[in-house]
Amino acid sequence: MTRRRHSGWFWAQLAFTLLVCAFLIVPVGMSMLAGVTKNYFIGIQSGVTLEWVVKVWTDYRHTIFLSIKIALACLACTLLIGVPAAYVLARTQNAFTRTIEELLVMPIAVPGLATALALIVTYGTFGGFRRSWLFILVGHVLFTLPFMVRSVLAVLSSIDLRTLEEGARSLGASFSQRFFGIVLPNCRSGIVAGSLMVVTLSLGEFNMTLLLHTPLTQTLPVGLADTYASLRLEVGSAYTLIFFVIIIPLLIALQWASTPRAAQRPPSDDADFDVRSPPQPAQPSHRAAPAHVRS
Amino acid sequence: MSAPDGIPIRLERAGKTFDDGTRALEPTDLTIEAGETLVFLGPSGCGKTTTLRIVAGLDQPDAGGRVWFGSDDVTEVPIERRNVGMVFQSYALFPNMSVADNVAYGLKVRRVDEAERRGRVAQMLEMMHITELAHRRIDQLSGGQRQRVALARAIAPRPRVLLLDEPLTALDAKLRETLRVEIDRLLRSLAITTVYVTHDQAEAMALGDRIAVMQKGRIAQIGTPREIYQRPSSAFVAGFIGAMNHVSVRADNGYLIGSGTRIPWHGSAPGGQIMFRPEDVSIHDGSVSPAVMEGRILSAFFLGDHTRLSVDLGAGDPITVRTEARCSFAAGDAVRLSLPAERILWPEA
Repeated sequence: MTRRRHSGWFWAQLAFTLLVCAFLIVPVGMSMLAGVTKNYFIGIQSGVTLEWVVKVWTDYRHTIFLSIKIALACLACTLLIGVPAAYVLARTQNAFTRTIEELLVMPIAVPGLATALALIVTYGTFGGFRRSWLFILVGHVLFTLPFMVRSVLAVLSSIDLRTLEEGARSLGASFSQRFFGIVLPNCRSGIVAGSLMVVTLSLGEFNMTLLLHTPLTQTLPVGLADTYASLRLEVGSAYTLIFFVIIIPLLIALQWASTPRAAQRPPSDDADFDVRSPPQPAQPSHRAAPAHVRS
Repeated sequence: MSAPDGIPIRLERAGKTFDDGTRALEPTDLTIEAGETLVFLGPSGCGKTTTLRIVAGLDQPDAGGRVWFGSDDVTEVPIERRNVGMVFQSYALFPNMSVADNVAYGLKVRRVDEAERRGRVAQMLEMMHITELAHRRIDQLSGGQRQRVALARAIAPRPRVLLLDEPLTALDAKLRETLRVEIDRLLRSLAITTVYVTHDQAEAMALGDRIAVMQKGRIAQIGTPREIYQRPSSAFVAGFIGAMNHVSVRADNGYLIGSGTRIPWHGSAPGGQIMFRPEDVSIHDGSVSPAVMEGRILSAFFLGDHTRLSVDLGAGDPITVRTEARCSFAAGDAVRLSLPAERILWPEA
């Protein structure tokens, strides 16, 4: 390994990159620091305390639990609706399913406030429903479903699903045997990535929830806004700190799950174990097998 | 293992029209004998894969068509319940399972009990020489290994019929030859009714008890490899299996006369063109029977055990001559050829 001499241009680029990173990360650090500072206006020299964290935990932990409950319920719904939907979309390629696929992103494209208003206008008069956490759940499912569908669909489109299923059928597998034994295991990575996405998005959702919630159904982000608006800055920051503690492991897991595993290179037939086959000349990888040609 | 009894397959007016109106297969009658290996051979788009899929139960024939397995009408029976084994061009192995689990899959869905399943899987792996791969994942296998797993998986449940859809196409030439020999050995030992689809004539000749050459959704000719090669029914079949020369001639007073050609002929002359194989022409050796063709060598390729000449007879396409003569040839040389009259073929089309 030789030491490479970097030009001045390299150092300039590095400095710029670090500056941009700092611009983005410093506020995060400041906010977390504020959450454990005795008096933010004096600064960190006023001392470090967990008082604010405890206060948030005491007064707002119900919002945290509700957020987690909604996130998990939302995950269950998107799995039950999204995975079969992705399967149908992958299997049936026609103008209708392509339209559905496009329409699915509408809840992301339309501002959350508009979606929330539409929900309130339509269902707001059903008192029990309006007051329950299920009302928020409906909004979250609407918003996160496209992420689940897209994520699973992307994996399903990358494998030759039809031929895999035909293979299973030729071996005598019924629909449910194929679906649970072949389809689901083979889109596992898409389901995992989609699930983490759904949970993260649901935990952090604010736009819609701001309108959908009631004082008794406050979620974490709504509570956070509440604390910043009405309490000391340190309390809001401590709240942020707790939010980070919940969300960062999820983000890391999301990153990990969506990184494709470094696939092991399949051996070439040169290395065929079968001694009876003569040595083969070098050949291209068999992964590039030609697509199935219907003749 | 005990050889599963083969059953005959019969197609009755089985045709296939796709949703967009393309006729993939004209209504076809066909019987595949029990235990026989029938190869569908043809260029892409000729309907061979469609025919296979109809036999498999992956596609339904158009209304009026019927598929019989022995005395069972299986037209309405989906592939899941036809008890067939199938090998796909892309193998369709399950990436979420190990080699052993792939092979066991057909037994598992049939609820074969664990002990028997394990025994059968071990037997299959051994039969295909892949025992040491049992616990590998599919993406850790080479193309040739995948092919063996696909075969083992297809025959593990002891199907009544084995269907192979261009199983060797994704492999390189040398490996293809090795596996062809193995598939041949396997098919002989199983004695199972087999339908094999390929566009490779060498595969078809090697594996088929009979070959059905397909063209534009029809069976152009069906017969043993020898029949197809030696008595092709049309110029298409002749051209698809092996090389074939075509020379325009007219019958004239006991001879067939063409450019550079004068062949003694006493039979009827059904057409204006004769066909013959490159290996049936030979360099005239100066013996008593006169040479029948004269031309000029356009190119000569020395290929070790034989030389391939391209000879211009003066008009029409140059003919190809495969000769084992040990003399050297050069482009531009004049050459005299003999051709036994019994090797001359008349295309009907």
